[in-house]
Amino acid sequence: MKLKLKIWRQPNAKSSGKIVDYFVDGIESDMSFLEMLDILNEDLIQKGEDTVAFDHDCREGICGSCSLFINGEAHGPDRGIPTCQLHMRMFKDGDEIYIEPFRAKAFPIIKDLVVDRSSFDRIQQAGGFVSINTSGNPVDANTIPIPKHDADRAFDAATCIGCGACVATCKNSSAMLFVAAKVSQYALLPQGKVEATDRVLNMVAQMDAEGFGNCTNTGACEVECPKGISLETIARMNREYLSASLKG
Amino acid sequence: MALDSKIPSGPISDKWTNYKDHINLVNPANKRNIDIIVVGTGLAGSSAAATLAELGYNVKTFCFQDSPRRAHSIAAQGGINAAKNYQGDGDSTFRLFYDTIKGGDYRSREANVHRLAEVSTNIIDQCVMQGVPLAREYGGLLDNRSFGGTLVARTFYAKGQTGQQLLLGAYSAMNRQIGRGKIKSFARHEMLDLVVVGGKARGIIARDLVSGEIERHSAHAVVIASGGYGNVFFLSTYAMGSNATAAWKIHKKGAFFANPCYTQIHPTCIPVSGDHQSKLTLMSESLRNDGRIWVPAKLEDAKAIREGKKKPTDLSEEERDYYLERRYPSFGNLAPRDISSRAAKERCDAGFGVNKTGEAVYLDFADAIQRYGKEQAFVKGLDANDKALIIKLGRAVVASKYGNLFQMYEKIVDEDPYTSPMMIYPAVHYTMGGTWVDYNLQTTIPGCFSIGESNFSDHGANRLGASALMQGLADGYFVLPYTIGDYLAPEIKTGPISTDLPEFVEAEKKVKAQIEQFINNKGTKSVDYFHKKLGKIMWNNVGMARNAKGLTDAIEEIAALREEFYKEVRVPGTADSFNPELAKAGRVADFLELGELFAKDALHRNESCGGHFREEYQTEDGEAQRDDENFAYVAAWEYKGKPSDAVLHKEPLIYENIKLATRSYK
Repeated sequence: MKLKLKIWRQPNAKSSGKIVDYFVDGIESDMSFLEMLDILNEDLIQKGEDTVAFDHDCREGICGSCSLFINGEAHGPDRGIPTCQLHMRMFKDGDEIYIEPFRAKAFPIIKDLVVDRSSFDRIQQAGGFVSINTSGNPVDANTIPIPKHDADRAFDAATCIGCGACVATCKNSSAMLFVAAKVSQYALLPQGKVEATDRVLNMVAQMDAEGFGNCTNTGACEVECPKGISLETIARMNREYLSASLKG
Repeated sequence: MALDSKIPSGPISDKWTNYKDHINLVNPANKRNIDIIVVGTGLAGSSAAATLAELGYNVKTFCFQDSPRRAHSIAAQGGINAAKNYQGDGDSTFRLFYDTIKGGDYRSREANVHRLAEVSTNIIDQCVMQGVPLAREYGGLLDNRSFGGTLVARTFYAKGQTGQQLLLGAYSAMNRQIGRGKIKSFARHEMLDLVVVGGKARGIIARDLVSGEIERHSAHAVVIASGGYGNVFFLSTYAMGSNATAAWKIHKKGAFFANPCYTQIHPTCIPVSGDHQSKLTLMSESLRNDGRIWVPAKLEDAKAIREGKKKPTDLSEEERDYYLERRYPSFGNLAPRDISSRAAKERCDAGFGVNKTGEAVYLDFADAIQRYGKEQAFVKGLDANDKALIIKLGRAVVASKYGNLFQMYEKIVDEDPYTSPMMIYPAVHYTMGGTWVDYNLQTTIPGCFSIGESNFSDHGANRLGASALMQGLADGYFVLPYTIGDYLAPEIKTGPISTDLPEFVEAEKKVKAQIEQFINNKGTKSVDYFHKKLGKIMWNNVGMARNAKGLTDAIEEIAALREEFYKEVRVPGTADSFNPELAKAGRVADFLELGELFAKDALHRNESCGGHFREEYQTEDGEAQRDDENFAYVAAWEYKGKPSDAVLHKEPLIYENIKLATRSYK
């Protein structure tokens, strides 16, 4: 197929950016979306132009690097996957495709489609852990039985890949789904309960300090999340936050 | 230089304990005056960084990804081994030790492997305490599954995302130390050289991948945890950015590189679909717990399937060849990876392949769906003769175990693996070879350590499934934090190391010169052009089956390609900006050297063992034929200017506890 691409180009954080048109030809339906961009970049190198920068690494849907906003949707038209698992069979010959970075105040653009998501790291550093020593002598892993149901729900929350689609898709640029996933994972496990109060307060404070917006329950994040993180996690975080605030 | 492995004396089961009891320690107050650099933040790097920081050292971590959490350990699917014997099926430290040595085809170091088996249980305790949500049974206790090359169920897991959960655990431990100021994390940074001062590793030169700035970082020890070099094949299950640059740069500064030819070709990956392909996707070995591997028994059926005239489900049981179950009845579909991969290649080469390219076999879950369906019907008291119900119940169980893998398969191949068997083929997945290290995990450069996949020590010529996660975390949480103290104890009076030393200036100059060379080269071909060409040479001549002629050709072709690369490569953009093509150019330059050493090592090893299969050395029924008399050693290569001039050093492998035997899974 032949496609018209409209891609956000921005040389660096300080300069302004704009949409630039490109054409690609010979795209096959079993190619991945990123392989289509590889073909464009190979073409640009041949022409002596600078390539389109985009984040990607594992290309199997788990590292959370890729972060493209395609035709107005985080990770494009398919559901339950990040951009690297989007395949060209979702498009047809002659399509015009808009490709933009994940946009949010807390995700400044580095170049073209690459954004800085280190705000997510800082939120985790504020409390996304259990304070136990790694070199100590912990007790046997089977000492505390954990109901399978709780363990499974903790796992479901923990599958978040930290890509930022929830932020990019939210009209308020809220990071609630991301933060709630981490808070929920620990809140559901006995090991996490010990520090639950401080954790939720500190992580939410950092989230606010980074400039993420508030949640107005539109549910867009849940729809676009490539790992199916549920809105229930946000409800759980709100409960955790409320009870932590009361304990204050 | 003679290689000293520094293996402690004494009985194997006491070595590590005795050694730890007598090792030099650094007192807590002095640790504050010691800096350590950790390059790479996968399981090994992040667990080491967190633990070292917690002990009190000042740690700097470097990763090329935008966050430490994205290192490629995240993609490990199936599980992590530990000799817990929770299933009561006869597992023990010795059995894990024995399975790993045998799985590695008797080419790994006994003392290291025994230590790995000993600490394996601590890892699970540690991770559960950290809040890693490992899979559980209904009673609330941890669940296990079985992996290849073992007869017990010792693999702990978190669905098909075990690597992700363990890495996020280690990353959380790192975050705790970053929050306390004990770790400084440098993301989007790439190590481009090691700085050696007075014979000791004293720092690195790194490039900030965002600004392009070249930085000097000093430390009292440098830990390389940069993973494996499988991307030398271009197509592999590695991440696009996985590279050998840190490991290769230390090799060029004096660290010996061991057994580069030991590569793991994983049997269950999604087959290649076309020339545009940029990477291959693994389907976890855990699937072989329940999936059965087969090809049509008759050539005409295979042909009909390839031409789309028949479907796999059209073939009756008698028309299928479950070749692993046929050839290896006692291990069946859970035969080790090297053996399963070769068996798939053998069938496809003989014309039984099932996709358009003829390079695919089936991995079928129909039996498992039936079995689980009937089990569920019985438990729930439902009608076991209702076929549709059985399939529905069975699929739900399979989905709960492998759901994310099935979804991934469907997205890539556009076929539903619940109704039609998966198609799979072997692909490059892991490298057992790597930097040579002694018992302390120290390279031949004092003060430079290598952990996780980047070293060579634990997996011999073939790694068993679910052992990479175990080794990465063992090295990082439980081994290095002890052994590094022994090296650092005399360093407490050294004081801060200046980055103005002439060795830093010189190293930085060389790094800058190479970058300038790439930018100003203005050739005609992209970096990927060369990388793909290198990959083809490696896959065709240095892949699953190797022979002397092919290897000799490969050595020549790689050297010629390297020459062409420096003449013709074109790198767009500038040196002082975010420039992914420039980063790639440096990595491919290193692969073009490493690939040649890889082939040279494969050519010199006149035997077949594990993942290294030389066609000249096989038994009558096509199994690998080892030569223990002449090759029971580690091949450690010393850099001498060009890969062709590399000098071989041998570390004899002495087996005191396990008898060398022909490896059989029949």
